[in-house]
Amino acid sequence: MVVLVLLGGIIVTLFVGALPAFQEFGVGFITSTEWDPVEGRERFGGFVAIFGTLISSLLAIIFAVPVAFGIAFFLTELAPLWLRRPVGTAIELLAAIPSIIYGMWGLFVLAPFVQLRIQLTFGDTLASLPLIGFLFDSVSFGGTNLFTASLVLAIMILPFIAATMRDVFEQVPPVYKESAYAVGATRWEVVRSVVLPYTRISVAGGVMLGLGRALGETMAVTFVIGNANRLPQSLFDPTNTIASVIAMEFPESLMGSLQQSALFALGFLLFVLSFLVLALSRWLLRPRLKV
Amino acid sequence: MSSTTAETGARTTGSFGGMQARSEAAINTISRISIRNLDFYYGDLKALKGVSLELPDRQVTGMIGPSGCGKSTLLRVLNRMYSLYPGQRAEGEVIMDGRNIIAPDVDLNELRAKVGMVFQKPTPFPMTIYENIAFGVRLHERLSKAQMDERVEWALSRAAIWDEVKDRLQRSALGLSGGQQQRLCIARTIAVRPEVILFDEPTSALDPISTLKIEELIDELKRDFTICIVTHNMQQAARCADQVAFFYLGELVEVAPAAQLFTAPREQRTQEYITGRFG
Repeated sequence: MVVLVLLGGIIVTLFVGALPAFQEFGVGFITSTEWDPVEGRERFGGFVAIFGTLISSLLAIIFAVPVAFGIAFFLTELAPLWLRRPVGTAIELLAAIPSIIYGMWGLFVLAPFVQLRIQLTFGDTLASLPLIGFLFDSVSFGGTNLFTASLVLAIMILPFIAATMRDVFEQVPPVYKESAYAVGATRWEVVRSVVLPYTRISVAGGVMLGLGRALGETMAVTFVIGNANRLPQSLFDPTNTIASVIAMEFPESLMGSLQQSALFALGFLLFVLSFLVLALSRWLLRPRLKV
Repeated sequence: MSSTTAETGARTTGSFGGMQARSEAAINTISRISIRNLDFYYGDLKALKGVSLELPDRQVTGMIGPSGCGKSTLLRVLNRMYSLYPGQRAEGEVIMDGRNIIAPDVDLNELRAKVGMVFQKPTPFPMTIYENIAFGVRLHERLSKAQMDERVEWALSRAAIWDEVKDRLQRSALGLSGGQQQRLCIARTIAVRPEVILFDEPTSALDPISTLKIEELIDELKRDFTICIVTHNMQQAARCADQVAFFYLGELVEVAPAAQLFTAPREQRTQEYITGRFG
């Protein structure tokens, strides 16, 4: 009950705060890329932030899920018993690092690395590829960009996804695994054909948990995404996310101004976005086989 | 061992089939698996003590005994299932096709293709009925679509379930009844074309009608496969098995043709167990 009241209260507050911006710009608030807080010619469009939020979270998932799966597979099927606990604990400890630390580490260690090693190498090699070359071809060269932000996000959500996957892999009844082994399957085939299908809902749950965190993550992203209201043309362009815009501009916005209302509107959209992600995951996970 | 002799021998003895307990003459002397002086350990606990047993080719060997006597453990040695778990180890010899299958260098996937297993609880994979059968086959053979269709039909027919599922091969196997699921699991095991099939209390989760079907099936399957069945049900052992082995506290107490073991056991402990004095 308390939870419902809280949830409702938050939605209402967000919506009331956002109303002036929505009234002023209508649907254009979502589709426009213009963001100009200068008094007298204020124009606010959230498309860059929305797009940046989605794309950085999506990239983070793409980076993190295979690694998390590898970790979970290793910990449940391959690792000798004495190694499972320490490695598992180490993964869980990654989740205990405050996000501001990830932000600092991302800015001082990862960003220069991305700039000097990854961007240069990829720019020299992959950028000339047809069709996907543009992804690696960037004119900006700061190290703080979409790629770095996604990488930091990926590392941050990795422990959640890996720990969830490991836990659900362990819950598969041994007799199911044994019956796959009994027809001569290898460890990999058992995990792919039996463990994953049995656990797909919980695995997707873990991925969604990670995605939810990635969507809303603020400090670490604000540090390394470059904070530019520009649509990224490549992986190495700076851009913005909803959370980072709010973090950067909310303290400076005037009480009751259109800018503040626009930020509320972005917050409201982030809320809707998280909700949609959850709904989408449910829909994707509907049972495919007719029983 | 000469394969021609083995086959003729098996055919002759196999034709003695039927549900009545068999006479001693029906026991095939050609051994498919020879277990020699086998010890088994769960960590420090010794679960099998010096077991020696021959599994005759294309015959049914029943294993009985009270819970914890080591009969299921022995089954898990025959397909090396215990190797999945650290701390479990076997010592001794289990000879199949001239090789010691508990040696560390044995290819487990290959072994398990030759020694299939049906579990206590039906364990259909979360896929379609067709895929449940094709899954195991694909691990070992590369078949065309037509060949695979044929194999799936063959396996389901041999497991006496084809008529019930032929119109819903693309539906989930999880929608079948318990008895059907268990026959599907048998079909899945047969589809890989093993030489030996291990049954670990295959009917303990089933109703009497399904149990009867499985027992008839086992009787039919022994024409082509060497079968080893662990059961808590002595009537079942009497109905299905050609020879019966009685285990107690990790030891093989007695092994004899079914008729003999249930009517005139040599050992005092066997006598007491089959008459219900303990266990």
